[in-house]
Amino acid sequence: MGMTMTQKILAAHAGLPSVEAGQLIEANLDLVLANDITGPVAIHEVEKLKKKTVFDKDKVALVPDHFAPNKDIKSAEHCKCVREYAKEHDITNYFEVGQMGIEHALLPEKGLIVAGETCIGADSHTCTYGALGAFSTGVGSTDMGCGMITGQAWFKVPSAIKFVLTGKPSKWVSGKDVILHIIGMIGVDGALYKSMEFTGDGVANLSMDDRFSIANMAIEAGAKNGIFPVDEKTIAYMEEHSTKKYTAYEADEDAVYDEVYTIDLGKLEPTVAFPHLPENTKTVRESGQVDIDQVVIGSCTNGRIEDLRTAAEILKGRKVAEGIRAIVIPATQAIYMQAIEEGLVQTFIQAGTIVSTPTCGPCLGGYMGILAAGERAVSTTNRNFVGRMGHVESEVYLASPAVAAASAVTGKISEPSELGL
Amino acid sequence: MKASGIVHKYGDNVDTDVIIPARYLNSSDPEELAKSCMEDIDPDFVKRVKDGDIMVANKNFGCGSSREHAPIAIKASGISCVIAETFARIFYRNAINIGLPIIECPEAAKEIEAGDQVEIDFDSGMIYDRTKGTEYKGQAFPPFMQKIIQAEGLINYINEKNV
Repeated sequence: MGMTMTQKILAAHAGLPSVEAGQLIEANLDLVLANDITGPVAIHEVEKLKKKTVFDKDKVALVPDHFAPNKDIKSAEHCKCVREYAKEHDITNYFEVGQMGIEHALLPEKGLIVAGETCIGADSHTCTYGALGAFSTGVGSTDMGCGMITGQAWFKVPSAIKFVLTGKPSKWVSGKDVILHIIGMIGVDGALYKSMEFTGDGVANLSMDDRFSIANMAIEAGAKNGIFPVDEKTIAYMEEHSTKKYTAYEADEDAVYDEVYTIDLGKLEPTVAFPHLPENTKTVRESGQVDIDQVVIGSCTNGRIEDLRTAAEILKGRKVAEGIRAIVIPATQAIYMQAIEEGLVQTFIQAGTIVSTPTCGPCLGGYMGILAAGERAVSTTNRNFVGRMGHVESEVYLASPAVAAASAVTGKISEPSELGL
Repeated sequence: MKASGIVHKYGDNVDTDVIIPARYLNSSDPEELAKSCMEDIDPDFVKRVKDGDIMVANKNFGCGSSREHAPIAIKASGISCVIAETFARIFYRNAINIGLPIIECPEAAKEIEAGDQVEIDFDSGMIYDRTKGTEYKGQAFPPFMQKIIQAEGLINYINEKNV
């Protein structure tokens, strides 16, 4: 029986000629990640292990990004715990404030993960690296801690759903619209325990930043991982960012899929997920008048350079509507610097937004833009659960950077065409 | 091993943000996390819950964030077992890894109601609703996971393997 991309990577890392869906395996890990929220719990847990040393100091990444720069005393203690552990164990890839960025934008940018590798991270959006053709999945702190010490993790080999992407998205449709559309179609548990494999001619029309956004939100459909094939764009990205050797795995022609969906990217429209689940999607045209209080452009889903370029293109020469708070958060220091060099930051500030240092901050209701009761935000983040960005009676509408920027200008959910773009 | 208690019932897609909101994640102390468990969808839960009580929910329980603080908060609040139609995969792993018993059982999840007195026999996987007089067979764990559960979590399992 043929294998999917994910199954091939898992088989290779478990030292097996083949694996099939449902099989329980122990696989070797190429990268193990934690942040300032999940790291301290993992560090505390691994103290109970007999083995004390990490399996490979170059293959562990510790990134304080959620409540860093430290938002309060308790967060400062958490960051300190991670910092001290990194120092004690001589962890190569610890990123201090000044070098750090949002983990899932930072790690690919630093070249720490490439195609064909396996990665677990104590953060659900670790599935982002599937954009590079890696097997990458989110786990809890105990799994992460044990992976950090042993270099292995157990997996139930997932079955897969295939998404055949065709056509070319129109000007203001991005990877975010693609994944919101898919989640709206299959639901927040539509891919529960499974892989989402994205293939088809349309993939070539998606930039790497689009693919990162799509793979990033595979978890919002319940998936174990999302994965793209390796093509010229992937290779160019890896060659620019990494010196690691990569392996491109292709699914076998007779690989078995639970379901196959074909999506014409050319037919997709700017899409919004209404509160309080990412599956509650509508096109902007169907959304009606939804007045807002805040816009957030950033996060591990949409804080990359292309996202900022799109937002700046819309905000250039325009102003954020009166009474709207617009917050732009470049995901890493390199993206921030690039945005300065390209004049994007100037455009943002002239338009009336603020530009923050990299942090997960408002996405998970940490800080830097918390909502009060009754307030609404259009956000390029990935979750709109009850209370996600603040008060339990606040609302988050998930959208692309283009929709978020247009909404900042009009003060209601809007798409760029409403501004004559 | 057995569990017995009163049921706290929830619907579909109970996410980890409502199980333990991120504003409390600047702590990782189980007792402190337990004080805010379920706060955003059931503010009275922490006042109502008694040691040994059982949580029952419908599909995709524990979706969202990977925060292990979610099963930790539930366990520390006194809940002895969570029964659901399905669990989100990271929550499922986390619960096993930290030793919070969970059972997938669609029929039980649908029929059992809030306030029912429920008893669970973990060895047989049987769930008894003493209020309704009904019984259900929960899905058994694969042998590999049973080993982790018998070791009372992943840490002990790995120590026993002498890695």
